[in-house]
Amino acid sequence: MDIYNVRGRIFDIQKFSVHDGPGIRTIVFLKGCALRCKWCCNPESQSAEIQTMNTPQGTKTIGRDVSVGEIIEDILKDMPYFRRSGGGITLSGGETLLQPEFAKALFMAAKENGITTAIESTGFAKYETIEKLLPYIDVYLMDIKHMNSQKHKLFTSQSNELILENAKKIAKNANRLIIRVPVIPTFNDTVSEITDIARFTKELGTVDELHLLPYHRLGEDKYTYLGRCYELKDLTTPSDEKMNDLKSAVESCGLKCQIGG
Amino acid sequence: MKHFNFKEIAKSPRIDMLKDALFAKMPEIEADRAILLTESYKSTENLPVIERRAKAFSHILNNIPITIRDNELIVGSATKAPRGCQTFPEFSYKWLEDEFETVATRSADPFYISDETKAKLKEVYAYWGGKTTSDLATSFMSKETLTAMEHNIFTPGNYFYNGVGHVTVNYGEILESGLKGIADKAKAELARCSFEDEDYITKSSFLNAVIESIDAAVNYSKRYSALAKEMALKESDPTRKSELMKISEVCSTALENGAKSFYEACQAFWFVQMLLQTESSGHSISPGRFDQYMYPYFKADLDKGVITLESAQELIDCIWVKLNDLNKVRDAASAEGFAGYSLFQNLIAGGQTSEGLDATNELSFMTIYATMHVALPQPSFSVRIWNGTPHSFMIAAAKLTRMGLGLPAFYNDEVIIPALVSRGLSLEDARDYNIIGCVEPQKSGKTDGWHDAAFFNMCRIIELVFNNGMDKGELVGIRTGELPELDTFEKFFDAYKKQMEYQIKLLVNADNAIDVAHAKRCPLPFLSSMIEDCIGRGKSVQEGGAIYNFTGPQGFGIANMADAMYAVKKLVYDEKRFTLCQFKEAMENNFGFGALNDSDAQAVTTAIVKHLYSSGVELTEKQIADVYMRAKSEKFDDRYKELYEAIEALPKYGNDIEEIDLLAREVAYTYTKPLEKHKNPRGGMYQAGLYPVSANVPLGAQTGATPDGRLAFTPVADGVSPCAGRDVNGPTASCNSVAKLDHFIASNGTLFNMKFHPTALKGQSGLESFAALVRGYFDQKGSHMQFNVVSRDTLIDAQKHPENYKSLVVRVAGYSALFTTLSKSLQDDIIRRTEQGGF
Repeated sequence: MDIYNVRGRIFDIQKFSVHDGPGIRTIVFLKGCALRCKWCCNPESQSAEIQTMNTPQGTKTIGRDVSVGEIIEDILKDMPYFRRSGGGITLSGGETLLQPEFAKALFMAAKENGITTAIESTGFAKYETIEKLLPYIDVYLMDIKHMNSQKHKLFTSQSNELILENAKKIAKNANRLIIRVPVIPTFNDTVSEITDIARFTKELGTVDELHLLPYHRLGEDKYTYLGRCYELKDLTTPSDEKMNDLKSAVESCGLKCQIGG
Repeated sequence: MKHFNFKEIAKSPRIDMLKDALFAKMPEIEADRAILLTESYKSTENLPVIERRAKAFSHILNNIPITIRDNELIVGSATKAPRGCQTFPEFSYKWLEDEFETVATRSADPFYISDETKAKLKEVYAYWGGKTTSDLATSFMSKETLTAMEHNIFTPGNYFYNGVGHVTVNYGEILESGLKGIADKAKAELARCSFEDEDYITKSSFLNAVIESIDAAVNYSKRYSALAKEMALKESDPTRKSELMKISEVCSTALENGAKSFYEACQAFWFVQMLLQTESSGHSISPGRFDQYMYPYFKADLDKGVITLESAQELIDCIWVKLNDLNKVRDAASAEGFAGYSLFQNLIAGGQTSEGLDATNELSFMTIYATMHVALPQPSFSVRIWNGTPHSFMIAAAKLTRMGLGLPAFYNDEVIIPALVSRGLSLEDARDYNIIGCVEPQKSGKTDGWHDAAFFNMCRIIELVFNNGMDKGELVGIRTGELPELDTFEKFFDAYKKQMEYQIKLLVNADNAIDVAHAKRCPLPFLSSMIEDCIGRGKSVQEGGAIYNFTGPQGFGIANMADAMYAVKKLVYDEKRFTLCQFKEAMENNFGFGALNDSDAQAVTTAIVKHLYSSGVELTEKQIADVYMRAKSEKFDDRYKELYEAIEALPKYGNDIEEIDLLAREVAYTYTKPLEKHKNPRGGMYQAGLYPVSANVPLGAQTGATPDGRLAFTPVADGVSPCAGRDVNGPTASCNSVAKLDHFIASNGTLFNMKFHPTALKGQSGLESFAALVRGYFDQKGSHMQFNVVSRDTLIDAQKHPENYKSLVVRVAGYSALFTTLSKSLQDDIIRRTEQGGF
């Protein structure tokens, strides 16, 4: 089948993204996710169904089905910036791994057009699914949110065993893996919790970089628009001082660390 | 690619002291030049005009008060007071006489003027009635041209009322051979002339004027040498004493004999830079490639150990401060158009040599540091970027951008060089280009570019189409058909093209009239001595003495017209949802938003009246009342809501949508293509620019509603940038749209403004992304880019508390200015520009 005719469901395309992989990138947000992280700033990404959101500017339809060809045509518009910055396409979500055929076709098409590729992923899928994509991914940005499975499940709706197992395998086989940790107050923002993740990352053997992404509440309004309740109402963004402490903790495990993507 | 590992050099404490002194008081108008000029003119009425100019220049320089300010290392001031200005009645004066009582309190660029100065100037002005370039130019213009100007289709006000300026002289030659070398050239040429030659009369007269002007300039530098010595003798502080002795020594020889050291090169440069602005009131006298022509002196002294990087940096910084010491008073309407006390002295670093090799050197970096240290609007600092520009230079420039001064502006060699070659420059000359004023490229020392020749409002043309050539009850354009006759989009677009071509002819008539008036009444011998081949041809720049001659009037409003054409095409012709007549009625009623409140209506009326006045048109009381009533009378109603919402819902230019962007390209061609068919009196061609300076605000205040949904009297889009707030798909989409215009044909320069929130350039990765964005835009053959990096909150707070933001510099158009000196409406326009990068 022609890869350009493969269709999938996305909910947004964001240009000039500079915090999600190297250089200037265009992010394609795929719809549908297996996790339900309480802090998720894109709650409209979670359901695989096409939804409507009632914003102050009127009703918005979230989600559309598009072909790889349509996406690539749009992505190529920013090729001059990719070339100059070492940027490219990033698939994000939702969770890309829930649409593996579409993702694979998109990555292959990107490669065919000389575009570098990255993925932002929870790693929550069968490894066989991930394995098929790895040859086409230049940078794998993988979230590890907590080392304690119970706490992980409480805040994300899923336990972490599959994720951690996959991380080990991806580390062995990916072109490049970077671990990312959303720093969420009351969930994982202590030095010891972050240190646990950093140690695990170091032990993966092939990973030398960990990014700490400070919690923000920019997605809060969208919960209201979707008629949902935002559970983390009382949280505030971690202070710079706090983030720097956590960064030092990561660095003391022998990893490079940056705050923000 | 070259590699530089060049650390920023620390700022000398002297620089802040110089800056503080500069801004201690409000700028002031001084009368000395006007008095001396007039004295001389009265005594030379029987001489050829070129000799009168030389004698007047000489009389001024021999007698004008001179001053050395505290802590200065580079000396030479046009006025006694810092940031003061002289006046130039030979070009025009009436506006200033009329504004004596308001010039100190007006919103844009106020100047203090003492009662004594007013009285002296009044006396001087009595001589000048009917004798100015402005008077003569008016008498040359056709009736149709004057009508079009009355109706604000275009305004050539800049050179109509002032000197031309807009030039870069051959600084390299002056530093090498001194003015003496140039005088020797003139003398040698004179020796070759013979009484019986056909051009002997004019040529010998011109060459004598050159020699006399040069003598005057040399004498002026020696007056400074003597003053410095005198001050040194009285000085008790030993450090300052030795500084003054050094100044005296440098001034005694540098300008006359050429530079033997870096210090002498700096001082000689400065004398030339300021004296050009004493000879004529033209602005945009641009230093150009300072990092290139100063380099040999810098390198030699550094190698010999005569200077250190620190001492060289201090001298450069001193020049940067001095560039802000010069000033110019404009009429109130022009002051709005050029707001920010700007003299547009464009200085550019980096780029290629005339052989096509990378030209970046240590001084290129030091000019960036000087701009960081001094942090003032002058010089209008620019950088040239090409594929071989070192990354380290690009990053240093990005760091300067991040400071939020709106500097530097980035220029693309890969577009500008071929564009200039297509205009007849040799490849070597094209590679050696620099920028004049806002965005206009030329080859230094060989060009009279007449850049900035007029503002041409492309939005007014569509109004003429909708009214079959009529405007306010008068036939201003040509008959292109009643609306029902325009039954296809092709016919509609063709009507736009025809109206445009006609107005361009009138514009050419206006510019050529002014051009001839300058040649007849204000040829400039001192400037001409430094432009090739005036001496050889024996005629001034104004009479066609330069090798390359152009006239470059600038169009603006492309984004509005692109969106307007798209709206008309979609809604009238493709979808047939509305008729042209419905559009017309809606526009006449400002889409139902008509009702201006009292103070807005007054402000609009004042802007219109002032502007007409500056174009030489006085309205009667009744006409003024009509304008006011029209602005005020319209009532809000929702009859046009459906059309307005349909227009609003359409996609717009600036979002990387091929169909609209290509329409924008066609709209730009309607201005750029017909223009290049015309010729000027100096034997050169017309070439279009696409930039607004800051006139998109005051001229927008005279433009009715347009089919893109732009409301009446609101600003027109600036340069080639998308309409403020309409580019919503991020910076790359905005860049891609703008890059789809043909930047090569707009060889007088295009201007693309972008606004970034400071967080967008945070950290090394922010700088890298920014650099890649500029590179990516340039790869697609965009010509120019400039940035405001300041948050909306900061600007709004600065409007409320100007006292806290005296030094807040922002990018206005092709230049930067102090934000708090701008008029409220221009401030609002800058705040409205779409802010990119909230990630």
